[in-house]
Amino acid sequence: MDKQALRNRIVKRVAEELKPGSLVNLGIGMPTLVANHVSDEMGILFQSENGMIGIGRDAVTDDNLDVDITNAGGQPVSTVPEVSYFDSSLSFAIIRGGHVDSTVLGALEVDAEGNLANWIIPGKMVPGMGGAMDLVTGAKQVIIAMEHCNKNGEPKILQRCNLPLTAKGQVNLIVTEMAVIEVTENGLLLTEIAVDTTVEQVIKATGAELKIASDLKTFGEIE
Amino acid sequence: MQLKPIISPEQAVEKIKPNDRVMIGGFMATGSPLNVINHLVDLGTGELNIICTDTGYADKGIGQLISSKQAKSVKASHIGLNPETGRQMNTGELEVELIPQGTLAERIRCGGAGMGGFLTKTGLGTMVEEGKQKVTVEGEEYLLEMPLTADVALIKASIVDKAGNCIFNKTTKNFNPLMATAAKLVIVEAEQVVEVGDVEADRFTLPGTFVDFIVAV
Repeated sequence: MDKQALRNRIVKRVAEELKPGSLVNLGIGMPTLVANHVSDEMGILFQSENGMIGIGRDAVTDDNLDVDITNAGGQPVSTVPEVSYFDSSLSFAIIRGGHVDSTVLGALEVDAEGNLANWIIPGKMVPGMGGAMDLVTGAKQVIIAMEHCNKNGEPKILQRCNLPLTAKGQVNLIVTEMAVIEVTENGLLLTEIAVDTTVEQVIKATGAELKIASDLKTFGEIE
Repeated sequence: MQLKPIISPEQAVEKIKPNDRVMIGGFMATGSPLNVINHLVDLGTGELNIICTDTGYADKGIGQLISSKQAKSVKASHIGLNPETGRQMNTGELEVELIPQGTLAERIRCGGAGMGGFLTKTGLGTMVEEGKQKVTVEGEEYLLEMPLTADVALIKASIVDKAGNCIFNKTTKNFNPLMATAAKLVIVEAEQVVEVGDVEADRFTLPGTFVDFIVAV
């Protein structure tokens, strides 16, 4: 599966988790693409922690470019008609105060207790946490959208994270190109597998114990 | 009428001394006082302790202060898009403290609002909690985060009237109005300076009382 097809499958499946009328924060990178799979009818508003609610899905062109409207990655974005803007204090009141319904982020590692690591690889890569710690702690639902394994083919879903944590016990759902996994009080529950994989393959690519849902479903399309 | 002095960017950066704690507004250079930053790079003051949400890009905004080695320390939430910050941190040239973005914003708000700190769940169970006091309120555990202040705040506003009242367009707000409350000396770079009365007073979101100097671009 090529990278783009794989990412499309993940973000499309994540989009199905979002509730009509909800407020959603999408992380930088792959999570941003989730917006492409949400219809206008769903009435979902996208928050950006740098200070806006109402990022549009239209591409930015010379005609609608406004350099005073950027997202948390510093990139110019379009807006929906009901857009609003605010400073960083209010932005994080929205985030920490539990007013964001869902946040979608990538991960370096995620584990069976819902712990997330995505801001530092000590000695190697130190991008910083940005708003991720606040988002993961404050949002009602935390969805991880990521490739199932790292670029060396090793599991990113572990019994216990090795890397420094972004937050403890906050992850609710993990969506990869292979599987949809719920974080429950009793560990990880495999609820869906991709159409082109098997339970055995998912277990092999996962570094944590998986319980298999009795009504295991499939998702995605064969590429 | 209480009007604020309008100064040049050259005059503005001369007010900043080595070892000053300098808050700089903007988010990935959106809403950063780019003109003042450029002059601060040219002047080469150095030994600055910078407080900002991110170190931007190596060639734009706050990142230029890092690239030209004007900083001895940085408190920020994100440094990932400026590889030079990470490089100087790894070689020990630059002291970097990474702070969750919401915590950084609230620490600055506390500093400006005369608050002794605040309680948050952000950072619990992570490296961020190291060395910090934990407080339990009604059975819930929180981290105690302390206020943050500065010697100088360099902010950017879209419209400033001559009394220093500020309007920040759209996503240029970010940390600018917060930082204006938390520093001893506040210099606002104005995209547009207008006469008092030219703009409906109700549109201003930062009162001029926080502003010491206006830099007209």
